[in-house]
Amino acid sequence: MTNTIIRNIIRFFVLVLVQVLIIKNIELGRFINPFVYVLFIIVLPFETPKWLLLFTAFFLGITIDMFYDTAGMHAAACVLMAYFRPGILKLFSPRDGYEFGTQPTIQYLGIPWFISYAGILIVLHHFILFYLEIFRLQEFFSTFFRVLISSIFTLLLVVISQYLFQRKKEQE
Amino acid sequence: MRNLVVFIAKNYFFFLFLLLEALCIYLLVQNNKFQRASFINSSNQVSATVLSTSENIQQYFYLKSENERLAKENAELHSHDLLSFSVLTDGWFAVNDTIYRQKYVYTNAKAVNNSTNLRNNFITLDRGYKQGIKKNMAVISSAGVVGHTQDVSENFCTVMSVLNSKTTINAKFKKDGSFGPLNWDGVSYEFATLNDIPTHVKMVKGDTIVTSQNSTMFPENIMVGTVESYYREEAKPFFAVKVKLSTDFKKLTHVYIVENKLKQEQDELEKKSEEGNKE
Repeated sequence: MTNTIIRNIIRFFVLVLVQVLIIKNIELGRFINPFVYVLFIIVLPFETPKWLLLFTAFFLGITIDMFYDTAGMHAAACVLMAYFRPGILKLFSPRDGYEFGTQPTIQYLGIPWFISYAGILIVLHHFILFYLEIFRLQEFFSTFFRVLISSIFTLLLVVISQYLFQRKKEQE
Repeated sequence: MRNLVVFIAKNYFFFLFLLLEALCIYLLVQNNKFQRASFINSSNQVSATVLSTSENIQQYFYLKSENERLAKENAELHSHDLLSFSVLTDGWFAVNDTIYRQKYVYTNAKAVNNSTNLRNNFITLDRGYKQGIKKNMAVISSAGVVGHTQDVSENFCTVMSVLNSKTTINAKFKKDGSFGPLNWDGVSYEFATLNDIPTHVKMVKGDTIVTSQNSTMFPENIMVGTVESYYREEAKPFFAVKVKLSTDFKKLTHVYIVENKLKQEQDELEKKSEEGNKE
């Protein structure tokens, strides 16, 4: 239990630093802004209390906001994402429910499950984020394009990072 | 009352969500309308320290090209120095210094955080109010305009760069002085759009665009960019000009913050006239 908490706290800091020091400086073209830090919310354990889910999401968003100079924008997107997480987990739950002690990762539930689960959450997060950033309907379609392309890249990076974590676990 | 408490306790997840979301929106709106929320930006100490450490490391990789650029600039400044002019007249002449008054004061600064791929881009500089920086000072680089200062903390300030939907710079054609507002359309970090140029203005690709005398922030004739292409605005007697920005925002490191010593006086006078007009 304590192990899980410590691991999640470390993951929080690593993801924030990776996002603001590395990903923020990588330019993949104007339409592509991956936000890998959302991985933190995606892989929180199933047993996380709902209120804790919202608060950690809010705190994560505010931390990212500090570095991106976007007061409240990332926080709003993260909180919304965290709000929908339990519902989406329920939607995709296996017939017998989730096994105790497992985590919503590729390792436990496989690629197709993870992509559909993480994909929906990521698109949701990016959708809110990009429309809050633009805050008008003038550039609706170009923003929508940005949402899709960025989501695909985020998902790609999230899946890749999952494989990195997985290998580490087998060694333990 | 009891029922209400039970109802809220039962659906606490939803209400907590609403509460946090409202808090986010509040921060966001406040940030747009008034001062940007003072602690959630990159001029705050924690994030600024992390960013400036990372910037310090990154800078080593650019030292060479940066040195070359500075040396070039030094050489150019030396050529403007009085010592490098030889006196052509033999007769005596007097210089009355009191006819000159310093209007612009330059402070050099280093960018410690920069973005170009968002819709609203900001730059963080390592100068703050301890170094005499205030809100709404112009920021330029040796290549051209960069933006203007937004929030100022003790040792850092954030700059709303040209690459921001809320930045408007008053720019003009160097050759005939026709001016208009320059905005960024968010498509490429290399180009911005200059609007409201009358259709009688003759222009060719490569014409120079500089800051106009109408801006209280920027000194006149600071390079903005060159004409890339232009088209007529729909149903308006104006051209919209696509301008290739002379500043390379991707390589921005050393910039100058410009203080206009007479800005306050001018602003106050103009405000007074406007108010007088209303009555």
